[in-house]
Amino acid sequence: MEAVQDSRRIRSAPWQETAFEWLTRGFAFLVFCILAAILVSLVIGGQATLAKYGFSFIWSSEWNPVTQEFGALVPIFGTLVTSAVALLIGVPVSFGIALFLTEISPAWLKRPLGTAIELLAAIPSIIYGMWGLFVFAPIFQAHVQPALVRSLGGLPGIGALFEGPPIGIGMLTAGLILSIMVIPFITAVMRDVFELVPPMLKESAYGLGATTWEVVWHVVLPYTKVGVIGGIMLGLGRALGETMAVTFVIGNAHQLAASLMAPGNSIASALANEFTEAVGEVYFSALIELGLILFLITTLVLALSKVLLLSLAGREGRRT
Amino acid sequence: MKPLKVQAVPQPDVAELKAKLSVRQLNFYYGGFHALKNITMEIPERRVTAFIGPSGCGKSTLLRTFNRMYSLYPEQRAEGEILMDGENLITTRRDVSLIRAKIGMVFQKPTPFPMSIYENIAFGVRLFEGLSRREMDDRVEWALARAALWNEVKDKLSQSGQSLSGGQQQRLCIARGIAIKPEVLLLDEPCSALDPISTAKVEELIHELKADYTVVIVTHNMQQAARVSDYTAYMYLGELIEYDVTDKIFIKPKKAQTEDYITGRFG
Amino acid sequence: MSSPEALYRSRKRTNFAMLAISALAIAFGLFWLAWILGTLLYEGGHALARAALYSQMTPPPGSDGGLANAIAGSLIIVAVGTVVGTPVGVLAGTYLAEYGRTGWLAAATRFLNDVLLSAPSIVIGLFVYSVYVARVGHFSAWAGSLALALIVVPVVVRTTDDMLKLVPNSLREAAMALGCPTWKMITTVTYRAARTGILTGVLLAVARISGETAPLLFTALSNQFWSTDLNAPMANLPVVIFQFAMSPYEDWHRLAWGGAALITLAVLVLNILARALFRKAA
Repeated sequence: MEAVQDSRRIRSAPWQETAFEWLTRGFAFLVFCILAAILVSLVIGGQATLAKYGFSFIWSSEWNPVTQEFGALVPIFGTLVTSAVALLIGVPVSFGIALFLTEISPAWLKRPLGTAIELLAAIPSIIYGMWGLFVFAPIFQAHVQPALVRSLGGLPGIGALFEGPPIGIGMLTAGLILSIMVIPFITAVMRDVFELVPPMLKESAYGLGATTWEVVWHVVLPYTKVGVIGGIMLGLGRALGETMAVTFVIGNAHQLAASLMAPGNSIASALANEFTEAVGEVYFSALIELGLILFLITTLVLALSKVLLLSLAGREGRRT
Repeated sequence: MKPLKVQAVPQPDVAELKAKLSVRQLNFYYGGFHALKNITMEIPERRVTAFIGPSGCGKSTLLRTFNRMYSLYPEQRAEGEILMDGENLITTRRDVSLIRAKIGMVFQKPTPFPMSIYENIAFGVRLFEGLSRREMDDRVEWALARAALWNEVKDKLSQSGQSLSGGQQQRLCIARGIAIKPEVLLLDEPCSALDPISTAKVEELIHELKADYTVVIVTHNMQQAARVSDYTAYMYLGELIEYDVTDKIFIKPKKAQTEDYITGRFG
Repeated sequence: MSSPEALYRSRKRTNFAMLAISALAIAFGLFWLAWILGTLLYEGGHALARAALYSQMTPPPGSDGGLANAIAGSLIIVAVGTVVGTPVGVLAGTYLAEYGRTGWLAAATRFLNDVLLSAPSIVIGLFVYSVYVARVGHFSAWAGSLALALIVVPVVVRTTDDMLKLVPNSLREAAMALGCPTWKMITTVTYRAARTGILTGVLLAVARISGETAPLLFTALSNQFWSTDLNAPMANLPVVIFQFAMSPYEDWHRLAWGGAALITLAVLVLNILARALFRKAA
């Protein structure tokens, strides 16, 4: 009796073994499928405008729901400009914070400060949007923007970026708020890669009599530059896809302007504002194609960031 | 030489030599752990002094107090005196980077900076001297020549320092250290990551360097200490056990503990 | 060129200046954090304290009301999204950690998962709209939950993978040495050892989706009234806040601030809980 039961037990085990393994493998494969499905569904959804315009969709600034003529230039421009502003402000600040946390901060202060900065990432995007529109924009409009116009508006070249009436909202405001949102991400990566630098290498530089700044600028940064770029691209990926914060403050205007103080549109904000009210197959398709463009850009940037970070971690034998 | 307060360990007969570094009653702590206990010794000028002892005896710790490397880590602290040219390096108010300019260090693993070979050398020099391009070229060549590396790299100065072999990288680090013209050179197991041929080259180099620099070398390789040094200090569990002329230590050590280590009875 | 003293002094000045600037950078970051949190407290604090917020429905403009239907709706949508997404994430993460040490599927999945983790959530909303909402012809809470589940999955995959990897191999080997089959070893020994960590991952995912607005815009939409019908549009805090905030009505603005404060409070509490749990696990 016992022998029969034993052999039955042994026979049933392999079935559960393979079943479980295939179950988990299946769900892992599902992740693959989700990404592929997103891509496919966006292509299918946007096929009307893909067929109608082809590549010219990207550089047309037309956006007319009445005549059903659309072009992606204005949203793409807005997305790129706000993200560029976000990085211009966010990258140096993140570097400063990472420098502080890794080299200057006393040990007891590191965790609370690090957590505080990470909380910036936890705050939902819609909060940034509301705060940006109702609290920040009025003050920005009343005090900061006039000062910017006065000081920078007259300069040749970049003066054109600061022309126009201060309205508080617009591309500059959106870019600034985006910068605050991406700072915790870039800082986290920078901190991680700065800590990968072998202490012996830093000590070699200190041993020559270098100051802290000199060690960071000449040794730590070059050593980690691949990782730093990966972190910046991660921040870029986030900035490109950010929706609610930008929607509140970018001004929702389908116009192309040189000035950062002007209102505009980003792909995400156009989608958020117009999708539920879009009528007409072409309008719909245009919006979905916008989504496809955004998806492709962010996937590319994020994949690149991952490759860079993996290559630095691989050098150290650690996983990023 | 000033008379010492407490002579815990008999010092070698160095009457005719000047002491470059005078260590008096040095105690060192990693947090609560008492790593160096009442070390007193004189490091003679322009000679090679070796620290030997089993793992964990404190020889690297002692070496790293000389250039205040422990100041980078808040939980490490030193008490006592390390006198160089009359100044106590532990308590001095002077900027520690100026001290480190006079005391160079080479580490166990080669640590070339992520820069070209030329820049590796120039980096340290630029910290303290504003040399013209020609003067810097000369200094780089001089440093690499003294480190017996010039002929091997003179045609590829703009290549990354990390493209060299292990032995070459370590000689690059030595060149980098002497380029700023220090007075003391600290070598922390400089050959432990090198093959025998590179090791031989570095040992030959040490022999030449002592003409101009005070060299202190930590090594776990006793034969190397015997080959390379003029004076040897044997340490065990944070204490200085015996310190004498190298020949005397290896041929006729005074303490039984020293003899046990040297004859390989432990460690 | 310059004398050694001048060089030394200029280096010291540069060092001090750069370190001071980095201190300014962190002050910059903390400044915004304090301002935003302070604003939420100030603008939404009153609304949070009023019981009406939790008991009354979203009102038409001009009348008094609360956010009860939105709160309930959010709780439902987030719960369903978590329940759907977590098993997928845990099982996929299990594959990566336990079976996928080698092989191309695991490496590629990890890579793509991290890409999906940071993908724009509005695109997820667009996707669910295209494949589900457009097919069935109406918005629904199911669609919203599905979109949120798609955000939960990569978060849970990542944390499960990391946490399972932290379980020491000696534990696994001990189980195998007793003759335990792999699947049982994973589900009983490894899961139990990593359960706090996996739970942390789930909490972080919940915190993340609680604040997401974009994916719900085209899926669950919103609902003026109380509804627990998963097959119909359902009110939820983020979309209601969006609508109310963008409107010109003062009382709607006040409710929007109350909702914003509520969401932020929930998200922060979940984050702190997750952190505390993680510290206990590690």
